[in-house]
Amino acid sequence: MSTVVTPASAPRVGDLALRCNALQRYLGQGEGRVHVLKGVSFEARRGQVYAIVGPSGCGKSTLLYLLGLLDQPDGGEIEINGQPMSNRDDFARTAARGAHIGFVFQFHFLMLEFTALENVMMPMRKLGRLTPAAMEARARSLLDSVGLGAKTHRLGTQLSGGEQQRVAVARALANQPSIILADEPTGNLDVKNSALVFDLLTRLAKDNGQAVVLVTHNPEIAQRCDVTRPMRDGLFV
Amino acid sequence: MSPNLRIAFRFLTAKKRAMLMSLSCTVLGVGLFIVTQATTSGFEDFFVRTLLGTDGAMRIEDRKQSTLQSMEAAGGSGAHILQREGVKYIEGVEEPQLIKDAVRNFANVRGVSAVLRGNVQVTSPFKTEDAQIFGIKLDEHRLVSELERKITTPGGLGKFLESTSAVLIGRVLADRLQLSVNDSIVINARGESRRYHLAGIYESGSRDIDKTRIYLDLGEARSLLRRPTGATFVQISLHAPNRAREDAAHMEEVLGHSVRPWQEREKEWLSVFRALRVSSAITVTVFTLIASLAMFNTLAMIVLEKTKDIAILRSMGYERRDITQIFLWQAAIVLGIGALLGGLFGAAVTWGVSLVPLPINTLFKTQTFIVSWSVWHYVQAIATAVVMVMVASLVPARRAARLEPGDIVRGTAQ
Ligand SMILES: Nc1ncnc2c1ncn2[C@@H]1O[C@H](COP(=O)(O)OP(=O)(O)O)[C@@H](O)[C@H]1O
Ligand SMILES: [Mg+2]
Repeated sequence: MSTVVTPASAPRVGDLALRCNALQRYLGQGEGRVHVLKGVSFEARRGQVYAIVGPSGCGKSTLLYLLGLLDQPDGGEIEINGQPMSNRDDFARTAARGAHIGFVFQFHFLMLEFTALENVMMPMRKLGRLTPAAMEARARSLLDSVGLGAKTHRLGTQLSGGEQQRVAVARALANQPSIILADEPTGNLDVKNSALVFDLLTRLAKDNGQAVVLVTHNPEIAQRCDVTRPMRDGLFV
Repeated sequence: MSPNLRIAFRFLTAKKRAMLMSLSCTVLGVGLFIVTQATTSGFEDFFVRTLLGTDGAMRIEDRKQSTLQSMEAAGGSGAHILQREGVKYIEGVEEPQLIKDAVRNFANVRGVSAVLRGNVQVTSPFKTEDAQIFGIKLDEHRLVSELERKITTPGGLGKFLESTSAVLIGRVLADRLQLSVNDSIVINARGESRRYHLAGIYESGSRDIDKTRIYLDLGEARSLLRRPTGATFVQISLHAPNRAREDAAHMEEVLGHSVRPWQEREKEWLSVFRALRVSSAITVTVFTLIASLAMFNTLAMIVLEKTKDIAILRSMGYERRDITQIFLWQAAIVLGIGALLGGLFGAAVTWGVSLVPLPINTLFKTQTFIVSWSVWHYVQAIATAVVMVMVASLVPARRAARLEPGDIVRGTAQ
């Protein structure tokens, strides 16, 4: 009897990339302890762009940190590409971050002692899938696509806030993660550049089948996303 | 270059001032460690060399006579039960030739010389002084001392070999008697006076020796002291003087004579040097401690300043281990450069110190500060710095690794 080895089915557009269920998160200590997330459930599929919108302080960043495995929930589950993640050890969660997740922070984007190019190569160096030459070529093309092809050798300190943010977007894409989480990625950008960054993210979602989840205050951008989830006071409404 | 090393390097160069601070502490720590070791052991080594060069690695002195009681064991088996009552010492070596032959069988032995010593008075045209004559056979004694090298007058030992009425006198005694080479002196022993001529003046390095000892031919000494046989002691030199204790114990058992290794003979001075070594070790440890505190401080500062970068690195898949490594690499870079510069600095200062004039003329003789050059001082200095600095760096490095990225980005990391 022969065994037919079928390759693990390639991820397809529409597959579930990210799922969370009944997430709870408290922040602060003692008197100041706040129930920030009160049972949030959410799904993101490949090839789709999601917008999380809501007033300041409603818990959007807190949720994104949990989904990005940067923080641990007080209750509920998180699955990344079908793998339960919420109760895994630090090593497994770190590996998942490196391989599956690209994160764009709301503040402080770059390692300032490094050039734009080095910042983008940083996650690739850790993952080590490509040769150094291929890493550099990929980093250059990513910087090109966020409009910074001419500034690859500028140090972080020599870039404006908006430019840093765009380098951070390029860096989040470096390892071709299946999930891109971005906390107000266009917050610091002018109209032209926020359109550029948003177009890039949507194009990737469509072309590479990546799930993109972004927090935004910009109603225009929210409108152009495939799914918009409004949030209020620690819950989706 | 590994990504972690690259990051470490960049973090470090971004904090040039703090980095230079801990680097200079490391350089000082390593350098001063080396200098302290070189100077402390310099004097000790020189002292040991001086005493090995004059009195040899060990001496066989008195014969041991065990007072043994034998009893016929019950049952008449013929076996004896020997009971040790105590040990009596009989002065001197009665059969030096037998002892010498036996000693030559020990692998570590380089040379053996029988010496006959006696108290005398020596008279020059100016003065009379108390002294001791040491009767030696030069061809034997050459192998157990550096007498040959210590002759400071022209012609060396040549004149001493020419006649049995030639003597060698220490510099201090010669000065007291206002003697120079070829002058004649009278030695008086047990009421008998004989005339000798001065064949050479030696400087052993030890003032005590240079003011008392007169070397002359063993046969002549026997005749003068009226001791046709025997020796006062047998002096031995070794290939590996550090094994003197073990060999002495072994010989004592085999030969039935008391055998004193140099470590025992010079116990007092050696313990002074040991105390000196301990006290300098403490000083030296303090230097390295300061270097490690400086490194701790620098790293703790960099960790505080780079928490955001740590969060970024962690968010893109860098493990706790990587973070620890990044900070330990920083310590390693500083240590690497610090060890190199510290070694050079230490060597330069050691060399400088060796030129400092410091006339000493008692325990040993020198004109300048004595230093010892040993690669071990460098190895020890660097190893101590590595251990202390790395241990000190482990604390901030692990603290950095423990930081939760979520806490950092929310600003609640502590
Ligand atoms: N360390 C903390 N202790 C107590 N409450 C906190 C802490 N950090 C954040 N919060 C609270 O959590 C809530 C959600 O914050 P966040 O997720 O940053 O909101 P958003 O990103 O939607 O503006 C806010 O009300 C904030 O005050
Ligand atoms: Mg926020």
